[in-house]
Amino acid sequence: MSDKPLPTIDPDSAPFWAACGEGRLDLPHCRACARPHFPPRALCPHCHEVGCDWRAAAGTGTIHTFTVARRPAHPGFKDEVPYVVALIDLDEGVRMMSNIVTDDPDAVAIGQRVEVVFDKVTDDLTMPKFQRID
Amino acid sequence: MGARDPVIVGVADTALVEGKMAAGTTPLSMQAHAAKAALDEAGLRVADVDGLLVAGAWGQPRPGNMMPIALAEYFGIRPSFADGTNIGGSSFEMFVGHAAMALRQGMCEVALILYGSDQRSARARTLGGRPTYYSLQYEVPWGQPTPLGSYAMAAQRHMHLYGTRPEQLAEVAVSAREWARLNPAAMMRDEMGIDDVLATAMIADPLRRADCCLVTDGGGAIVMTTAERAADLDGTAIDVLGFGESMSHITIGAMPDVAWHTTAAEAGARAFAMAGLTPGDIDVAEIYDSFTITVLMSLEALGFCGRGESGAFVADGRTRPGGAFPMNTNGGGLSFAHPGMYGIFLVTEAVRQLRGEAGPRQVPGARVALAHGTGGTLSSGATCILARR
Ligand SMILES: [Zn+2]
Repeated sequence: MSDKPLPTIDPDSAPFWAACGEGRLDLPHCRACARPHFPPRALCPHCHEVGCDWRAAAGTGTIHTFTVARRPAHPGFKDEVPYVVALIDLDEGVRMMSNIVTDDPDAVAIGQRVEVVFDKVTDDLTMPKFQRID
Repeated sequence: MGARDPVIVGVADTALVEGKMAAGTTPLSMQAHAAKAALDEAGLRVADVDGLLVAGAWGQPRPGNMMPIALAEYFGIRPSFADGTNIGGSSFEMFVGHAAMALRQGMCEVALILYGSDQRSARARTLGGRPTYYSLQYEVPWGQPTPLGSYAMAAQRHMHLYGTRPEQLAEVAVSAREWARLNPAAMMRDEMGIDDVLATAMIADPLRRADCCLVTDGGGAIVMTTAERAADLDGTAIDVLGFGESMSHITIGAMPDVAWHTTAAEAGARAFAMAGLTPGDIDVAEIYDSFTITVLMSLEALGFCGRGESGAFVADGRTRPGGAFPMNTNGGGLSFAHPGMYGIFLVTEAVRQLRGEAGPRQVPGARVALAHGTGGTLSSGATCILARR
């Protein structure tokens, strides 16, 4: 369906995207300090030890900040303007970029509570997006 | 001064018409002409250059992935010191510091810092064409307009936390325009007020068109040598008193604090400490203005005002011509030119101000200048503090 730019999945990111396909928002947790991080990588950005275990996040969080794109960042988004791109602070303590799914971009505000919804973009790719918890 | 203390002895930038380079110019020939002009000003020759520091976006993926080598060939020189590090638009403030270290260490005697871009002529700034690999796979697929959207997110958070207002952002653009009106080389010189800025289209909330820098061609050159060598040259040598750099992230979600320019704070503190100066000692400030919010966050981080106070700091016209805090005196990236990586012009303008050569826009008696570059999406900061003896 999409002529939008799609993620180029690599060995660091594959578990994240695979979990999305199964309806889970998985985060890497450091085996040494137990803290989660995002995006996934080979070493913990907090304590710099190597080695993580993947665990599912609750899928809830808070809008840390956002913008409303009034012009498409890529031709694939031209039918969606205006759309909301946000940084979401997940309750587990990591920050993630995503879209806020809404019919009313002007009602989006910092501090609003959101939950993940999964958007099956292709047979091979499901993207996590967020909607307000009212 | 010590014999090997670093000094700037020549600067040049490329003349543009309507933001474009002359027909028949390439990013490489642009850099050759800028280098010749800056070396002529210093009384030096291309053959004297043994340090080459360059960043840009031309010739990708090759030969632009090895810019110092490509330019060494183009110029017909064999540098003994090179730096092709790219940390975004702040690379050139970083290069002043790196050249200073190389000169002190004896790695080179004459360092040439270069930049060239045909971005406007080539229509090369394609926001949608960004790759989606590595950490960009967590930004681009959501339609983040990069870099604009990331600066917009910072502005949104800054306004939320501190009550910063759109008209305070607009003041940064208006101040830049007032300075540009004094600079015949500036692209945008029509009168513009706060209401004019606020009337421009919202592009990525809360940033409007006039909150965003220009898209132009452009290039420049900076020549540095040692105080000992400069003593034999004509012209006014400008001392490099302090420098610092810091970098933290490529994606905005990884910025340590979205409403605080951490890398500017760290780079600025290092530069002030090295110089033995404080923000109150600065006579003229050249602050990277990719977007209006970039300037506000840099002013706080560099210590010119308190955290969250930058909106009020600029609001009374303090940074305009005749104001108490002369800033972005050539018109900045918002009204002078912005070829993609603006940082070289922060230094060329600071040097001209310190030499007293800035004509109608000259800051009277300017002795100490600060140039601060911001790269990426508030990703890196590099500061240098320059002075006329
Ligand atoms: Zn750890």
